[in-house]
Amino acid sequence: MAETLIAIKDLRVHFNLGGNRIVKAVDGVTLDIAKGETLGLVGESGCGKSTLGRAVLRLTELTSGQVFYRNNDLAHLSGRQLREQRRHLQIIFQDPYASLNPRMTVGQIVGEPLETFRLARGREAEQRVQELLETVGLSKRFIKRYPHEFSGGQRQRIGIARALAVDPDFIVADEPISALDVSIQAQIMNLLEKLRREKNLTYLFISHDLRAIRHVSDRVAVMYLGKLVEVADAKTIYVEPLMPYTKALISAVPVPDPEIEATRQRIMLEGDVPSPINPPKGCPFHTRCPYAIDVCKEVIPQLVEIKPAHFAACVRISPAMPHIEEVPPGTAPGLE
Amino acid sequence: MILLEVKDLRTYFETDDGLVKAVDGISFQLQRGETLGIVGESGSGKSVTNLSILRLVPDPPGKIAGGEVIFNGQDILLLPSDAVRKIRGRRIAMIFQDPMTSLNPFMKISRQLMEMTQLHLGHTKAQAYEHAVKMLETVGIPDARTRADSYPHEFSGGMRQRVMIAMALSCEPELLIADEPTTALDVTIQAQILELIKKLKQETGTSVILITHDLGIVAGMTDHVIVMYAGKIFEQAKTKELFARPGNPYTKGLLRSVPDPTAEQGKLYQIPGLPPDVAHLKPGCPFAERCERAEEICRREFPPFVELTPDHHSLCHFANEVYGG
Amino acid sequence: MQPEPEIQTELGHDEFIKGTSLWRDAWRRLLKNKLAVFGLVVVILITLASITGPTIIKRTFGFTPDYIPTGDMKLVRSFPPFKGPDGEFSWTHPMGTDNAGRDQLARVLQGGQISLFVGVIATLVSLIIGVSYGAISGYVGGRVDNLMMRIVDVLYSLPYVILVIVLLSMFRSQTPRGQLILLFVALGSVSWLTMARIVRGQVLSLKNQEFVLAARATGVSAPRIIFRHLVPNTLGPVIVYATLTIPQIMLTEAFLSFLGLGVQAPLASWGSLAADGIQNIAIFPWQLIFPGVTMALTLFSLNFLGDGLRDALDPQMRTI
Repeated sequence: MAETLIAIKDLRVHFNLGGNRIVKAVDGVTLDIAKGETLGLVGESGCGKSTLGRAVLRLTELTSGQVFYRNNDLAHLSGRQLREQRRHLQIIFQDPYASLNPRMTVGQIVGEPLETFRLARGREAEQRVQELLETVGLSKRFIKRYPHEFSGGQRQRIGIARALAVDPDFIVADEPISALDVSIQAQIMNLLEKLRREKNLTYLFISHDLRAIRHVSDRVAVMYLGKLVEVADAKTIYVEPLMPYTKALISAVPVPDPEIEATRQRIMLEGDVPSPINPPKGCPFHTRCPYAIDVCKEVIPQLVEIKPAHFAACVRISPAMPHIEEVPPGTAPGLE
Repeated sequence: MILLEVKDLRTYFETDDGLVKAVDGISFQLQRGETLGIVGESGSGKSVTNLSILRLVPDPPGKIAGGEVIFNGQDILLLPSDAVRKIRGRRIAMIFQDPMTSLNPFMKISRQLMEMTQLHLGHTKAQAYEHAVKMLETVGIPDARTRADSYPHEFSGGMRQRVMIAMALSCEPELLIADEPTTALDVTIQAQILELIKKLKQETGTSVILITHDLGIVAGMTDHVIVMYAGKIFEQAKTKELFARPGNPYTKGLLRSVPDPTAEQGKLYQIPGLPPDVAHLKPGCPFAERCERAEEICRREFPPFVELTPDHHSLCHFANEVYGG
Repeated sequence: MQPEPEIQTELGHDEFIKGTSLWRDAWRRLLKNKLAVFGLVVVILITLASITGPTIIKRTFGFTPDYIPTGDMKLVRSFPPFKGPDGEFSWTHPMGTDNAGRDQLARVLQGGQISLFVGVIATLVSLIIGVSYGAISGYVGGRVDNLMMRIVDVLYSLPYVILVIVLLSMFRSQTPRGQLILLFVALGSVSWLTMARIVRGQVLSLKNQEFVLAARATGVSAPRIIFRHLVPNTLGPVIVYATLTIPQIMLTEAFLSFLGLGVQAPLASWGSLAADGIQNIAIFPWQLIFPGVTMALTLFSLNFLGDGLRDALDPQMRTI
C-alpha cells in the first residue's frame, strides 16, 4: 500500500453571493491521494473540480475542512508557513495564454520560483532554467523569448517547466490539455507521464475529457455539483461504472469509430446541469437520473465502498446489489 | 444532387507577419441531405472556409482571392451584396461555437427569432411570434411559450445553443453550417445537441456542414469528411472509409493520437512537432516536418491530390502506399 | 507496434534568440500611424528647442529672454516679427518683441521650458502616486480597497480648480521658484485620482488571471506580485493616460497663469505670455499669436501621440 501524500478531509468551499445565495462549489469532499499516483478528477462545468484543485493548494480559501500534506494541515497554516510548503505543491493551468506573464521572458518566468525560494542564483540559476526547458522539450535557446512568440503547446510546456523548477512532490494539473490541439494533447500527456516517472511526482489531473482521464489516471474520481459521486480505478470506471451519472457521462463521449457510433445506445440525460447556487435537495443528480425514486429527493447519499476499492454515492445500490439495472424498482438497498 | 460546390477557393489575410493563405485552393461538393464534416486543428483553415462560403470574411484584413462557391447553380462569390444577404439566414444558416457571444444580450429571444422570419419570410408580428414559439419547442426548450420572452443570459449554455439552432432553422434553410457547435459545451449536453441536430436533419432534410476537431463527433454525425491542414484539403472520403482505411499520414496520425478508452494505458501515439506557421510555409508538403513517412521529395515538391477511389482522395506523394498499408 | 514517442525538441537555430517584447511590437505599430509620428516629432522638436533655444539665442544674439534693452530707449517697445526699429527687415526678432523690447522667440522658448517642465513633472508625480495607490488598492481588495476608493471619490468631488486657486492665493510664495513648486504640488495632487482609478480597474481584472495565481502558487510575496507582475501589465493605459494628462496640466497651468496665479515674472510660461499678450491683441497681435500657436501645436501633438499610443498599445496590452 503506497503511502498517502495528500489527505483531503471534508473539504468545503462555499462562495457567498450576497442575499442568502451561496454557491456550494465544493461540498464535503474526502479523498486520499497516494504517493506516485495520478488521480483523475472528472466532471462537467460547475461540478467544482477546478475549485477543489485550487482549494487543495489554498489558492482559493476553504470554507471548512482539512488538507493534509505530510502531516501538515495546509488549511490551517499561517501565511509564512504556507509559502514554505508551496515549494512542494505546484499547479499547471488550463489556459496556456493567460498563465504566463506576457511581460516576462521565458527565462524569467521559469527562473522566478528559483529566486523566490532562493534555490539558485546567477549562473547557476540560468543553467537550471536551461535544463528545465530541455526537460520539457524546449530548446534552451528560447530563454530570452516572450510568451506571445510561442504556440499554445509550447506555452504549456513553459508552464510545466515553471512548476518543476522547485522540484515539487505534487502537481495539480487543472485541465492542462483542454485548450490545445488534438495532435499536441498527446504530446503533453506523454510529457507529463514521462516526468512523473522520472521525478517521482504525484498528480491530481483535472479534466472534463474522459478519454484523456482514462488514459493518464490510475484512479478516477467523478464529481457532480460539488460532491464526489464515484471513485474507482481508471479501467473499472470505464468498463463497469456503477453510478447512473458516470454511465451517462461515459456513454456521451463520441467514439472515433463510425460503426460503433452508428449502433451504440446512448444514455441520454434530460435537461441541464443544475446551478450550484440552488442545488437540488437530496441527491444532487436526482433531477436528471433515469433511476431516481422518491427517496432520492430526500436523502443525500454517502460514498460507500460497493465493490473493493470502488466507491459510489447512490442509495439505490449496495454491496449486495451493485448493479442499478438489477435493483427492483422503487427500492433503495443502500439505505439498509 | 449537388447542393453546394466549392471550387478552388482561396482566402488570404494580410497580416503584420506577411500574407497568410488561410484557405489555399480547396474544392469539395455537398450532396443534398448529406452531412459533410470538416476536420482540422487550429490554423487549418476550416473556420475560414465557412466564413468564405457566406462571404463573412472580415475585409480587411482578409479577402477571398479566388475560386467559386456554387450554391444551387449560382456562384455566391459573384452575387451582389444584397443578394448574398438574402441567402444568409434564409437559405444558408450558420451556427457558431460560442453561444454566449452569438446572441444579442439586450434582445429577448423571441425578438431575435422573430427578426429572422419577419425579414426573410415576410411574417407579420403575430405569425413570427407563433413560429418562434414553435421553433423553441422543436429544439426542446422546456416551457417554450413562457420562456420565449426571456433574455439570453437567463439560459444555460446548452439552452442557448438550442436557441441558436432554432434561429438557424427558423427559415428552413437548405444548408446549415455548424462551426464547432458543441466545443464549448459539457459532454452530456453535447450529446443532446448532436442528437437534436441529427433529428432535425432527418425531419427537415437540411444538408449540414459540420466543422469540428473531434474525430468522435465526425464518426457519429457525418456521411463525408474532409481533413484540412495548413489551408489545404489533405484527405477527402466517405466517413466510414476514412476511419477504416485512411489514405494520408496526417489522418492516420490524428486517429492514432486519440486515446482509446478501451485499450490499456501506455504511451500515446503523438504526432511530433508543431502545427505549421501558415504565414511562412516552406516549399513542399506542409506536413513534411512532422510526417513519419516523409522523404526527400516531400520537402521539395508539393504533393499531388491522388485519387484512391472515385470518392476518396489524398494529398500525399505516397497516398497509395499509406492507403494500402 | 507504436514507435517510441519521444519528447520533441524544438528546431532552434541560433544561440539565444532575442525575443521581441510586446513593447517593440507596439513601437512598430506606432510608427505606422502617421499622425502619431507627426505628433511625436513635433513634441520632440519643441522640447529640444525649448531646452536649447534660449542658450543658442544668447550665444548668437546676446540676449536672454528677460533682457530689456534699456540702453537704447528706441528698442524698448513692441516690434512685429522680422522687423527692426525703423521698419526694415531684420533677422533679430523672428517673433517680434513684447512691450518691453524683450525678444519673443526667446520668451516663447523659455515659456516652453516652464510649461513642459510643469506638465511633465506634475504628470510624473501623479503617475507615481496614482499607480501605487491604485495597484495596492486593487490587489488588496475588500474593505481596504473600499476605503481607499471612497477617499478618491471624495477628493474627486471637490471642485479642484477652485481649491488650487484658493491654495495658490493663500500660500503665495515670495520667490518665482517657490511659486513653481507650489504649482507642482497643487496640480500633481489632484491629477493622480484618475490614474489611481484606471490602475485599480486594470489590477482588478488582472489579479485573477492565471499567471498571477501561478505566482502566488510559487510563493511570490504580495509586494512583488503587485510591482513585478501586475503593474507592468497595466502600463498600456497608464502610458496613454499620462500622455494625455500632460496637455491637461499644461492647459490648467496656462489658465492659472492667465489668472495671475501661475508663474510670476520674470519667469514666463506660455499661459502667462498669452495673458500678457491678450492685453494688446488689437495693436500687437503677435504677442498673443506666437505663444498661443506654439502651445496649441504642442497640445494637439501630444494628443495625437496619445491617441496613437492607445491604438498601438491596445491590442497588445491584453494578455493575448
